[in-house]
Amino acid sequence: MDTTLRITSARAGSSFVANIEKVSGQKLLACYQCGKCSAGCPMAAHMDVLPNQMIRMAQLGMQEQLLATRSIWMCVSCLTCNSRCPKGIKIAEVIEALRKAALNTGQRNDHLHVMELSAEARAVLPPIAMIGAMRKLTS
Amino acid sequence: MGNENKPMKLAYYPGCTLKNQATNFDVSTVSSMAKLDVEVEELDRWNCCGTVHALDSDNVMNRVAPITNMIRVKEAQAKTEGMASEFMTSCAMCYNTLKRANIDVKQRADALETINNLLYLEKTKYEGDVEVLHLLEYLRDRVGFDNLAKKVTKPLKGLRVASYYGCLLVRPKEVAFDDVENPMVMENLIRALGATPVEFSHKTECCGAYQTVDKPEVIADRTDKIMGAASEEQADMVVVSCPLCAFNLDYRQDDAKRLNPDFQNMPVLYFTQLMALAFGCDESALRFDLQHIDPLPALKARGLA
Repeated sequence: MDTTLRITSARAGSSFVANIEKVSGQKLLACYQCGKCSAGCPMAAHMDVLPNQMIRMAQLGMQEQLLATRSIWMCVSCLTCNSRCPKGIKIAEVIEALRKAALNTGQRNDHLHVMELSAEARAVLPPIAMIGAMRKLTS
Repeated sequence: MGNENKPMKLAYYPGCTLKNQATNFDVSTVSSMAKLDVEVEELDRWNCCGTVHALDSDNVMNRVAPITNMIRVKEAQAKTEGMASEFMTSCAMCYNTLKRANIDVKQRADALETINNLLYLEKTKYEGDVEVLHLLEYLRDRVGFDNLAKKVTKPLKGLRVASYYGCLLVRPKEVAFDDVENPMVMENLIRALGATPVEFSHKTECCGAYQTVDKPEVIADRTDKIMGAASEEQADMVVVSCPLCAFNLDYRQDDAKRLNPDFQNMPVLYFTQLMALAFGCDESALRFDLQHIDPLPALKARGLA
């Protein structure tokens, strides 16, 4: 991923940043990049951008790069980051807001394709797994 | 415990997965509660708990399903003598979602009013007057582990058990009924059943949840790490309270084995199955046949099956 960025006040003050703060109910600038969220994240090994980096990118209004990450779809809202953040930021809420920004564009942008699952998978998966995934990963 | 002659009545919310893949969790919950003289009554017309709690700020619609269940509890209470304005669920996911929705509407009168308006066909209004209890919380605070230990007819002597809490019983702090980082309620239950709780470094590490649907390779990694930590403590089995954790830690062991050839298979049980076993319930209350990894060899090795 290209992380080159020209920081401008217009970008950091964009409607994207305001929208993420409103939907998540969090103040992004409270983060001072200690990295505790990423240190405890059980999904970090499967992410392309770590949770603290996601917050930094959100602060800087890096909309296109953030919404193209694998990370926003890997977070399962286990809330380990929230419970350990020394600044009381609910990182999982921010990531939920990022997913919403990617899913609620007025067009389908599904990150789960149920019809492509094998018959075996559909037979054995518990309903809470299926419903949880559809709620978090589909438009 | 209530009056000796009069069993307590407790409203029970099973949830969808206990009526599908996890019927072993359902039957072992009901059977072990009967042994504790608690009359469990399944709610009429319960519906989906909401599954995953929506974290965005504009979320009133996502609270409608969980709050409808609160109305069902009030209806059950109105027609049942000796039933309190509370209900119990043994599923960690149902507990978390129902409890969070309940806390949320208690704090936001406008959201509650909107939900009541949306549910205008209901005869009963919800006024934030129902309490959500997890079975472990009920056993600890209402039954008491000392009382519970008196009902044990088959102490699980020598059985080494790792308690897995996952996320939903301990996070966020508002729903936790025990320490967020190092809960002990399941260990104390295991001790009351005569078994030996082992230290478990991964007891509140997430299993990967619904990523199991289309990314089993991610769950294989989580299962390898979590079950591996239990193996290191020489546990005979892991006990859980969530049917999604159970699926990931039990069924996905095949995937974990493909990822790591040194992976050691280990049975995963619901804590209620361990209770039912210690209370002398028969196989119809245990349903070990529904476990992916058969627990009988581990139980036989300890002379318990």
